[in-house]
Amino acid sequence: MPEGIQLMFDIKDLYQEVIVDHNRSPRNFGKLDDADTTLEGFNPLCGDKLTLYLKTDGKKINDIAFDGSGCAISVASASLMTDAMKGMSLDEAEILFNEFHNLVTTDDDYDAESLGKLAALAGVKDYPARVKCASLCWHTLHSALQGDHTPVKTE
Amino acid sequence: MNNSNTAKTITNTSAPFDVDRFRKDFPILNEQVHGKPLVYLDNAATAQKPKQVIETIDAYYRETNSNIHRGVHTLSEKATVIYEKARGKVKEFINAASTKEIVFVRGATEGINLVAQSFGRNTLKAGDEIIITELEHHSNIVPWQILSEQTGATLKYIPINDAGELILEEYEKLLSDKTRIVAVGHISNALGTINPIKNIIDKAHAVGAKVIVDGAQAVPHTRVDVKDLDCDFYVFSGHKLFGPTGIGVLYGKEAILESMPPYQGGGDMIQMVTMEKSTYNALPYKFEAGTPHIAGVIGLGAAIDYVSELGLEAAAQYEIELLDYASEQASQVPGLNFVGTAKSKTSILSFTLDGIHPHDIGTILDGEGVAIRAGHHCAMPVMERFNIPATARASFAFYNTRQEVDALIQAIDKCQKVFN
Ligand SMILES: Cc1ncc(COP(=O)(O)O)c(C=O)c1O
Repeated sequence: MPEGIQLMFDIKDLYQEVIVDHNRSPRNFGKLDDADTTLEGFNPLCGDKLTLYLKTDGKKINDIAFDGSGCAISVASASLMTDAMKGMSLDEAEILFNEFHNLVTTDDDYDAESLGKLAALAGVKDYPARVKCASLCWHTLHSALQGDHTPVKTE
Repeated sequence: MNNSNTAKTITNTSAPFDVDRFRKDFPILNEQVHGKPLVYLDNAATAQKPKQVIETIDAYYRETNSNIHRGVHTLSEKATVIYEKARGKVKEFINAASTKEIVFVRGATEGINLVAQSFGRNTLKAGDEIIITELEHHSNIVPWQILSEQTGATLKYIPINDAGELILEEYEKLLSDKTRIVAVGHISNALGTINPIKNIIDKAHAVGAKVIVDGAQAVPHTRVDVKDLDCDFYVFSGHKLFGPTGIGVLYGKEAILESMPPYQGGGDMIQMVTMEKSTYNALPYKFEAGTPHIAGVIGLGAAIDYVSELGLEAAAQYEIELLDYASEQASQVPGLNFVGTAKSKTSILSFTLDGIHPHDIGTILDGEGVAIRAGHHCAMPVMERFNIPATARASFAFYNTRQEVDALIQAIDKCQKVFN
């Protein structure tokens, strides 16, 4: 962008309706009593903290939920992620993880269809300080699926 | 509560504070953020620099740059003179007895670590006690945790009440003949509470403990007199005092500094080095190993000149009026909760909004050009005490205006619109 020229700035590009809604009423929020994997994610800089609960059969995510506290971006991201992941095969989950990572960290084109509502988080890439908020739950899920049991930290 | 040492600096001056005049000294205040005028309300994190400081540093690099204390050539002698002159300014600024008591360090953090490792590590033993407070910045917590681990000393905390004030009765209960060090912030960076440090120092001395005061947030707002306080150590950072980053000051009473071993070894801190052993240089050089941040020291000298001319009392009075105005405006905002309501406060407004996380507040305010800090402010025990993960914090300097407070309030209103 040439110096001195500001593109139209609208905070609503970041806080889209979907995000505000999922922050206000997060889906899949709460503990899964029969989870087979539980993993914590922590963002030391912001204090965002979440716990992810998973039920898998080694091939598929049968159930997934989260709880904890954080900013609107991290809560909405976890809410949208758990919605998208429920019922997915582990291979599909890995693909979606990579797609999401590209969405929030690169200017590459993304597949709006496969991302669905997650595309609402595209605005995050213009806020470098907030990318870690959006990706905390994803990194936590990724570690959990890799069988890593150390709590996840993003910085 | 005894707040004897707190509000005394706020005296009524006759002429109104000419904020517009001082704003012209700060070039950055003309910047725009997202197409809106910058409203800089993050002064507790770091303050902006007046052109007097910027130009002094620029001139130093253009005209005088040289290493100090070691050259016989003209520039080196000139640089040494202005470097040492700045030390003299610091001495006057905090009313130390001698320039030997003024050690240049990187910042408040390094000053505290120096005291913990040089003084603490050589005098404390298992069973001794260190007292700090729940209000401290991490830089006045972690060095003491490290020291406790190294020596077996126990770390104790003075608790705070719901307003964010130290509970002095609890402090008195913690004090004993085991107390060796009391480390306390002069002013809290998270809440703005002004602590009754003179009282705290007197009580510590009564049991034979040494006191280090973290003055990072105090020097920009109050006149500090280390002789009157009778503290054993006092630390602060240049960058919060409208000076450069990377430079700070450790004040220590001469006799105590004299008794302490060096913190780091290197050039400048020695008198004589043989292959076996070195003899150390005199104070304060014993604690200034290596080529120091010369431009930083000189810039700090310029910052001290600037605030001396400005008059810290008049500035502080203006800032308190601004805080009162901001607090009154903020109290009209539905769902806004103040965090830290001490009777004696500096110009820090820490708050939360119902249903909106402080980081979202920070981002939305930034979109309106308003820079605040959102987070735990490196004071996680304070957040824990109030059972919140973070706050939004607006911190005012003498160059802020009522219009900027209005911009803050409007931006807060925008946050609520985004989320409803
Ligand atoms: C109360 C307090 N103490 C210590 C520090 C650390 O200062 P520095 O990072 O300049 O060493 C700060 C800075 O935020 C502070 O506010």
